[in-house]
Order: sequence, then C-alpha cells, then structure tokens
Amino acid sequence: MLFINLICLALIGFIVWWFWLYSPEAAVSQEGIEIVVKDGVYTPSRIKIAAGKATTLTFLRQDKSACSATLQLPALSISEELALDKPTVIKIPATTPGEYAFHCQMQMYKGVLVVE
Amino acid sequence: MDTNRVQLNIIGAGCASCVGKIEKALKSVPGVDSAEMNFAERIVDVSGSATPEQLITAVEAAGYNATQLQAEASFDAMDEKEQADLDYYHSLLRHTFIALSVGIPLMIYGLFIGEMTVSTTAEQLAWGLVGLVTLSIMVLSGRHFYVGAWKSFVHHNANMDTLIALGTGTAWLYSMLVVAFPTLLPEMARHVYFEATAMIIGLINLGLALEVKARGKTSEAIKRLIGLQAKTARVIRDGKELDIDIAQVLQGDKVRVRPGEKIPVDGVVIEGSTSVDESMLTGEPIPVEKHIDSEVVTGTLNKSGAIVFTATHVGKDTALARIIAMVKRAQNSKPPIGRLADVIASYFVPAIMIIAIVSAMVWFNFGPEPSMVFAIVSATTVLIIACPCALGLATPMSVMVGVGKAAESGVLIRNGEALQTASKISVMVLDKTGTITQGSPQVTDVVVTQASSMDEQGVLALAAGIERHSEHPLAEAIVESATRREIELEDVEAFTAISGRGVQAQLNGQSLLFGNQALMQDYEVDIQAYQAKAQLLAAEAKTPMYLARDNELIAIIAVADPIKPDSAEAIARLKHNGIKVVMLTGDNQATAAAVAAKVGIETFFAEVMPQDKAGKVAELQKEGEIVGMTGDGINDAPALALANVGFAIGTGTDVAIESADITLMRGSLHGLADAIAVSKATLRNIKQNLFGAFIYNAAGIPIAAGILYPMFGVLLSPVIAGAAMAFSSLTVVSNANRLRLFKAKAH
Repeated sequence: MLFINLICLALIGFIVWWFWLYSPEAAVSQEGIEIVVKDGVYTPSRIKIAAGKATTLTFLRQDKSACSATLQLPALSISEELALDKPTVIKIPATTPGEYAFHCQMQMYKGVLVVE
Repeated sequence: MDTNRVQLNIIGAGCASCVGKIEKALKSVPGVDSAEMNFAERIVDVSGSATPEQLITAVEAAGYNATQLQAEASFDAMDEKEQADLDYYHSLLRHTFIALSVGIPLMIYGLFIGEMTVSTTAEQLAWGLVGLVTLSIMVLSGRHFYVGAWKSFVHHNANMDTLIALGTGTAWLYSMLVVAFPTLLPEMARHVYFEATAMIIGLINLGLALEVKARGKTSEAIKRLIGLQAKTARVIRDGKELDIDIAQVLQGDKVRVRPGEKIPVDGVVIEGSTSVDESMLTGEPIPVEKHIDSEVVTGTLNKSGAIVFTATHVGKDTALARIIAMVKRAQNSKPPIGRLADVIASYFVPAIMIIAIVSAMVWFNFGPEPSMVFAIVSATTVLIIACPCALGLATPMSVMVGVGKAAESGVLIRNGEALQTASKISVMVLDKTGTITQGSPQVTDVVVTQASSMDEQGVLALAAGIERHSEHPLAEAIVESATRREIELEDVEAFTAISGRGVQAQLNGQSLLFGNQALMQDYEVDIQAYQAKAQLLAAEAKTPMYLARDNELIAIIAVADPIKPDSAEAIARLKHNGIKVVMLTGDNQATAAAVAAKVGIETFFAEVMPQDKAGKVAELQKEGEIVGMTGDGINDAPALALANVGFAIGTGTDVAIESADITLMRGSLHGLADAIAVSKATLRNIKQNLFGAFIYNAAGIPIAAGILYPMFGVLLSPVIAGAAMAFSSLTVVSNANRLRLFKAKAH
C-alpha cells in the first residue's frame, strides 16, 4: 500500500522534473543543418543562431500528420507551411539575443531558437 | 535553346567559402549562363539551358545536397499536398479497420456474452492469446503513437501521442499482469481491458482520419486562389509565338491572350483592347475595360478581345502570388484571443499525467474494492479523455476559414490580430475622396443659357479648350469629359489664369471668362437668372463653374466627385452593425455636408488637412473608441497606421497590399462591411471553439477521474473516453468549417 503510494509520488516528481525542470540539452549551431520533423519531435530541437544577423533554417518534414505541417515562431511572427519530404527554408530576420520557442499549431512539436 | 531560371536550395553549405565552390561547380555544367548563390538563404539562382537534374548532380558532386525550389503557390505543390493527405487518410482508415476488427468483437463479448475475468488456467491461456493479438494491433495500428511518445519523451517533451500511448499501454500492461499472475490480485480485480486498448487505438485513428478530411476543406479558399493561375502562357519571342510553362515566362516577355483565356502573368497592354473579369480577385462583378497602357493582372479572365501585353511581374512577384502568400501567412497567424489556449496547451500533457496519477492514488487509497482496478481504470480514462488538440486547434482552424472567406470577397486580412480587432471596431472613420466618392472629379451637368446659341458640345469644346491650358485639378475633369465625348477642342488664345477666380482667354476676338462666381462678379457678368440653378447644384455636392462670352453668361458647367453608387447602402450596413461612421475630408463645409447627407453620415469633419487626419483618429481613440480608418492607403498612411485597424481601399487590383491591416481589393465600401461581418463571424466561431474545448476538458477530465462516482456511482469507461477524445477535435474542425457557409451580405 505505502509502497505503491510512494511509487506514485516518485512518478509525479519525475514528471515535474523531466518535463518542466530539466535544463535542456546544449543548443546545436544552425550552420548547414537540417531540422528533421518526425514522430512528434524536431531533431535537433535547440538551435543556436547568431544575434543581429538574418539567417535561415531548413526543415525537413517526414511526418504526414497535419499537425506537423505548420511551423510557428510567434515572437518573430513566423508561420509557415512545411512541405512533406522536401526541405523547406524558413527565413529568420535579424534578432536580439534570447530564447524563442517554435512549435507546431497544437504545440505538440516544440523547439527553441537560441539567439546569442 | 530556351533559357530557364532554376532555383536550388542547398543543404550542407556551412561556411561562406562553400559559395564559391558551389557556384563554380554549377557554372561548369554545360549550358549554364550564370549561377549566383545567396548564402543567407542557401538558395542559388541558376539561369541557362541545363536541366534541374543536371544542376543537382553537379552540386552533389561538389559535396553538397540540393533540391529544386518550387515556385510558391504552384499547382504541383498543392496537388502533392493533397495526395499526401489522401495517402495519410487511407493509412489511418486502415489502422482504424484493423484495430476495430479486434476491439468490437471483444467489446461485444464483454458486454453480452461472458466475463472478462481470469481465474482458471484455461482462461489464463485464452486471455493471454487475446493479449498477444492486442499487442499486434498496438504494433500494426498504433505504432505511430508509441514511437512518437517515446521520441518526445527522450526530448523531454510530451504530446498527444504520450497520452494515448500511456493510456492504452497502462490498460494492456495491467491486463497482462492479471493474465500472468492472477493470484497476486484480489479476485474482484482480475479483469482484463484488452478491448479498451484496441477500441481506443481504432477510434483515435478514425478521429484523425476524419480530421484530415475536414482540414482539407478549410483550405479551399487558398486552393481556389491558386487555381486561378494559368498553367501556360503564349509568348512572342523573336517574332515567333510559343506556348510555354508560366514558370518560364520572363519579365519583359510579350504575352498574347485570346478571348476566354486567363491572364498568365501581370503586365501592361501594348496591343488591342478588351474587357477583363477581375471579380475572382476583387469581388467586383462588372468587367473592367482594358486598353493600351492598362495594367492586367494574373489570374483574371480575358472576356472579349485579344491583347498583347508586356510582362511586368512574373513568378512570385505577381499580384496574385503576393495575395496568395499574404492570405497563407494570415491564415497561419493567431489572434491574441488564442494565446491563453496556447499557454495552457504547452503545460497540458504533463499536467494530465499528474492528474491521472493523483486520481489513481485517490481511488487506490480511498476507493471501494477492488480499489486497484478503479485506480487503473480512472488513470487510463483521464489519460485518454484529455484532448490538447481541441484547445490547440480551436483558434487556427477558424482563422484559416475566416481569412479565406474574406479573401473570396476581395478582402485581404493581414493577420489574426487585425481580424480580431476588426470585430471590435466601434467607430469607422471614412475618408471622403476616393473612399466614399470615386476620387476622380467628373463633369456632371452642363447648363446652357438661352443667350449662348450653342449646344452642350459646343460649350464643352470651348470650356475644355480654355481649361487645357490650366493646371487646376477641376480643369482636368473638364478636358477629360470633352475628350471622352470625342469633342474637338477650340483653339483659344491669350490665356491668363486669375488666381482663386478662374481663367480668361480669347477666341476669334471674343473675350472668354471661365471660373467661379467671384470671377463673374469681378467682370460684372449677370448671373442672376441662373443663381438658383447654381445653388441647387452646390447643394448636390457639385461645384458650379460659369462660362461667359463677351461678359454674357453662356453656360454653367458643374464638376463633382461622384459618390460611389453603393456607398450609402454599405454605410447603412456598417451602422446596422452598431458602428458609428465618421467622415473626414479636406473639402469645404458645403460639399462635405452634401456628401454626408447623401450617404447617411451624421458626423463629419470638413477642411481637415491631410496631416491632421491622424490627429482626429487619436482624438476618437482618447474617447475610448476602437477606431477603424479607411482611406486610399497613400495620402492617409499616418491615419491608417494610427487607427486600431487601417483599411486600404483599392481600385481594382492596383493596391499596395502590404500597406494596411486590411486591404479591400475593390473600390466598393461593401468590402468594408464584408470585412467587419467576416471578422465578427470568425471571432464568434473562435469563441465557440475555445469554449467547447475548455468545457470539454474541464468537464471530461474530472468525470474521467471519477468525480461523479461518490454521488451517482458513475465511472466513465476508457472506450467512451477514447470516442469522446477522437471526436472532440473533429467537432472543432467541423465547427470552423461551418464558417464557410457564412454569407457576408446578409449582415
């Protein structure tokens, strides 16, 4: 009885830590990479770009689900349709340093643009 | 050979030094005239006769990857997307069929035939077999949920897949535990839930399939716009006519269009004349006459004559391509009303997992026997019923349909925010010239006096003959009116302008005066007999001008900027929607009053200098009003920018579509009323969707957790939860689709 309760509490603690508190993996530099959109995740999902310089990100969507089709980066008013199985180039305007979230329409896919 | 322009998207070019390498590789391909790479965009522009395949091979040989960049808004891209959606739809239906073919018989057995419990060894074996069949269903029909859930988990992310995988996985694992070690559990708890796993996987696949279908409909408006594009164009190169793909048409090409054909690219007519139906872009039903030097626009339909025009904008620079790009962008943007739902959606899934565990703990510790079963069932049901998708879809689906609907009636909405604000406008400020009126003064009346011994034509020939020397804005209207009636102008001499009065000239030794009342008084011309007539004209918002020969009045010519025929009706629609309408004009008080009275506007400000228009908007805003400002987008730019929503009113397709929050493609103010009606309808639709999604989750999750059990003894079955979840997002998409039936004119 107590054992099962303890397991449940540990699970809750784990969920809070794993999904909300965990500090994310190191950002990958954007230079020449392609972000694969598949199975509910952007790979890589943390992208580093230089501040104050316009650049582009290339997305390759390999997921047929309708959700994955739209890429949104609300802070920069970006909202683009990603082609299936074909790279889509998204223009990123020059930006001030900070972290900018990008995601699909329903926020199931999530990624962060780290501007340094 | 033909010269093509191919754009390649380069993958793997990490450093600026790659640029030279790639360009060099491309230039070495036979037939390539030039290759220029934009490093920031990783796009290389190649022109020459080489095929895209040859170019890609060359890039690959240099150690990079390349794909051909498709022209925006092309047919093929849309077809491909539709094909992909269709494939996806069929695969989802297959998954549904497989899962339900196991789930439904199991459910029927559990409900009507036997107990789904395990106590004997035979039952252990039988249910063990069913468990394995269910596992194969999970692999065959539900693999995408589990793979997605795992990949997200590894990335510290959780989504809908996570919930479905956890819910179905829990039910299956518990059931297998019962099958393998029934003695570990109290007898009442030895129940298996394989049917739940199979049914949930089937139903959610079915929900996704129907959603894909419904989503396809939401983009119908954009499909229609893309469909306006012709596939080929007939160009004249080196004196020869050839039919080529529109992607190959170059700026400066001469393009021939025959009656009944679509205009393939934007251009300026250099030969022939015709009338063109532009209703598909502007919503304006009357065809527009086109002569030499008229602009023609991609996607419009050539009705009567054959023309040749010079291509001025091709590819993604055409007005149609820009409109499509703008509508697409706007369709994907979110109005502020959706932000709360977004914030909730981003914390949703982990929160649901926690709620599921807490619910299980409550049942386990305080629930009736078999508490273990109740705990597992409630946790599974909570995981399954929660639907972040409905929340996430509520806003974008409606915006998609609403923005598309607006585009169909020639209203281009810049983004979701403009859409939302437009629905809340309390005061609409209208500029007079070019907005309420047509913006081009015309001769409206010619009154010939008894003393003249001339007809209207003769009078106009004289007046226009004088006025063609003048630079006054009204002079242009008179000259134009005479030219239009093909009247030969008189050759007058000794022209002198009298500032603020009019002009003086000579013809065959007779002295001529043309100007306002003050000019007549200065020269003591008797206008008494026609004074009343002149006042009548002024009261109709017309400007009377007097023509005298040898100090004798021979005619009154009235010039006015005619009010658009449907302005009054459209303004009545705005007022009917509870919007206060205010008119601004630089014109004098009398004309302003006359125009305002004609179109039914009570509040107007006359003699407002262009630079003071923004100030008026600010004043209204200070009074707490949400101000919409409508103008031609050029002279009114500051006021348009300051207003809560700026509407640029176009004449035909000649509009600066980037300049305002909302662009009205046709000149009619009905577009304005349509824009507001559509925005109100869209916002209403979004609110319904958001309300539905919130209520669904807020009510569904506690019920799934078993909140009704203590009072009513009701606990939701995980299968019902699966059905509810599958259809909740479908409901949202379908409700958004309802907007497609919306008719703006009725509002």
